[in-house]
Amino acid sequence: MKTLPVSKAVFGTAVVIFLMAPLFAILPLAFTDSIFLNYPIPGFSFRWFHELFTANAWRWSILNSLVIGCGTTILATVLGTIAALGLRGNSASLFFSFFRTAFLLPMVVPAVVLGVGMQLMFAQYGLANTYVGVIIAHTVIAIPFVVVNVTAALQGIDRRLENAAASLGASPAVVLQQVTLPLAMPGIVSGAVFAFATSLDEVVLTLFVAGPNQRTVARQMFSTIRENISPAIAAAAFLFIVGTVVIAGLVLLAQKKTQRA
Amino acid sequence: MSDAFIHFDKVSKAFGIVTVVDNLDLSIGRGEFVSMLGPSGSGKTTLLMMLAGFENPTSGAISVGGKRVDALPPHKRNMGVVFQNYALFPHMSVADNVAFPLKMRGASRSEIVERVTKALDMVQLSAFHERKPIQLSGGQQQRVALARALVFEPEVVLMDEPLGALDKKLREQMQMDIRDIHHRLGLTIVFVTHDQTEALTMSDRIAIFNHGKIEQIGRPSEIYDRPKTQFVAEFIGETNLLGGKVASSSNGVLNVILDGGQPISVASATTQEPGKHVKVSVRPERIELDSPGDGQNELKVRVTDIVYHGDHLQVLVDSGHRSFVVKATRKAVAPQVGQEIIASFSPEQCWIVS
Ligand SMILES: Nc1ncnc2c1ncn2[C@@H]1O[C@H](COP(=O)(O)OP(=O)(O)OP(=O)(O)O)[C@@H](O)[C@H]1O
Ligand SMILES: [Mg+2]
Repeated sequence: MKTLPVSKAVFGTAVVIFLMAPLFAILPLAFTDSIFLNYPIPGFSFRWFHELFTANAWRWSILNSLVIGCGTTILATVLGTIAALGLRGNSASLFFSFFRTAFLLPMVVPAVVLGVGMQLMFAQYGLANTYVGVIIAHTVIAIPFVVVNVTAALQGIDRRLENAAASLGASPAVVLQQVTLPLAMPGIVSGAVFAFATSLDEVVLTLFVAGPNQRTVARQMFSTIRENISPAIAAAAFLFIVGTVVIAGLVLLAQKKTQRA
Repeated sequence: MSDAFIHFDKVSKAFGIVTVVDNLDLSIGRGEFVSMLGPSGSGKTTLLMMLAGFENPTSGAISVGGKRVDALPPHKRNMGVVFQNYALFPHMSVADNVAFPLKMRGASRSEIVERVTKALDMVQLSAFHERKPIQLSGGQQQRVALARALVFEPEVVLMDEPLGALDKKLREQMQMDIRDIHHRLGLTIVFVTHDQTEALTMSDRIAIFNHGKIEQIGRPSEIYDRPKTQFVAEFIGETNLLGGKVASSSNGVLNVILDGGQPISVASATTQEPGKHVKVSVRPERIELDSPGDGQNELKVRVTDIVYHGDHLQVLVDSGHRSFVVKATRKAVAPQVGQEIIASFSPEQCWIVS
């Protein structure tokens, strides 16, 4: 059994390298002082970060990503949490399993299909090329993450706690607010983070439903890479990754805290 | 009982095809302390949950104070419930757990502080008020649950094995406290326990459950001294069951021929058909060894084993036809294994069970 820890370590490292290598390949290029996105790096500079925050197209896209990301997070978290609460505990009924599947559908339906459908529909309702439209589109694909996370959290709650609260005089609304939601909070927070990350990451739907005014960072990177391959992309990617790591760290911290409590 | 405070009228509860509570009638008076005792899975918790409003009866009606409560949601029933697994809120401190029912009733801040302090004092947990439930031992959690169910002084308190996790000394202390609160506040308490001593010492009445039915309900002395069925006799305390046939019955005394051929007499209010097979129950502590008296039933037995219990001896004897247990008080001369001896008990100390 001595070989097991060794092989575990080797295998684990290999997988991590496989997953991380592309990131490590692109990240140093964020600090190049050349105008080309390739190695070797002639010198170190922050010029591409500077470009990111001064060039109008990039500045707008960062702002757009934040606005759309926050909107999506709020909408998806609220709707997804309500859905998870509604679907709770009725596992046997056909009606409920239909809805449970329906809420997860956006995860498996190809984004292109969703995008075409939304474009047609949004045009009808005057939502094409609007912030609201993009937020709705992102919410659709973010909801499954919230539903999955909150459902898992709700499953971990002992029903007897809610019964106890009721017997002590708490109405159903108070039980929800004082017992159920606080206990499900780690799942709700992870769901929200996933929703935000999904929105940041989204390109395909955005291509279909967003106009030039709703250009997000992901969308901007996508077009920049086609038009002129500038190291600003690497700088944007760097910010993306740092942002993600920070958020993931915050979630871990929050979960640790609730676990200890 | 027409003046019953809590009344179960032909209540049944089925989960799928399994009937857990079976056509059950039960009346509990105001201020009464009723214990429910019975094997695991006999439906005690289910009955309690129906009373608290968490389960709906499949059929039948439950009323409290003369009003049907079937349509009343749990939070309007004003009953304190101590759950079998404590059900403390893990995200709240001990003090907040105990304060919860008071907050729900809109008590003022100062009143909450005062009553929480008093309740935690009662369960000897004042020093722990800032802790989270997970930082407490099982027994301490149980006491918090007790404080939480009592702090708002509900009319009815339902307790599902509330003292199971406590050590003997603390359990006896809590038993005294619960009895004290019961008397002081005139609470109606429905108390589920597995501890028969606890049921015998604390209750006004005991209900013995078996397969979703009440086998017998009565005062502790009735349950212990006159169990009606074999199940009750064996469930509460120890008993010896002697099979036999009725020979004759006359003015309150049945003459029974035991299966080994020995005749005994059994005091009985009811008469039985001669020739009928019956079971006679006699408690181990009611049998005397080697001190035959007038009008006593006497059996010639041989001592087969002696188990030392400190304050008494458990003596296994054999009458040639069956073996039974005698609880012998400590005397100067202890019986010896292998000794031939007379076991005797009076007709009043044995009875027929069905
Ligand atoms: N929600 C439920 N669904 C299906 N069966 C249930 C449910 N709740 C209880 N039961 C079954 O009902 C029976 C009685 O359960 P109950 O909890 O009332 O027993 P109990 O007398 O309290 O036992 P214990 O002394 O072990 O606590 C058990 O066989 C149990 O499996
Ligand atoms: Mg139980």
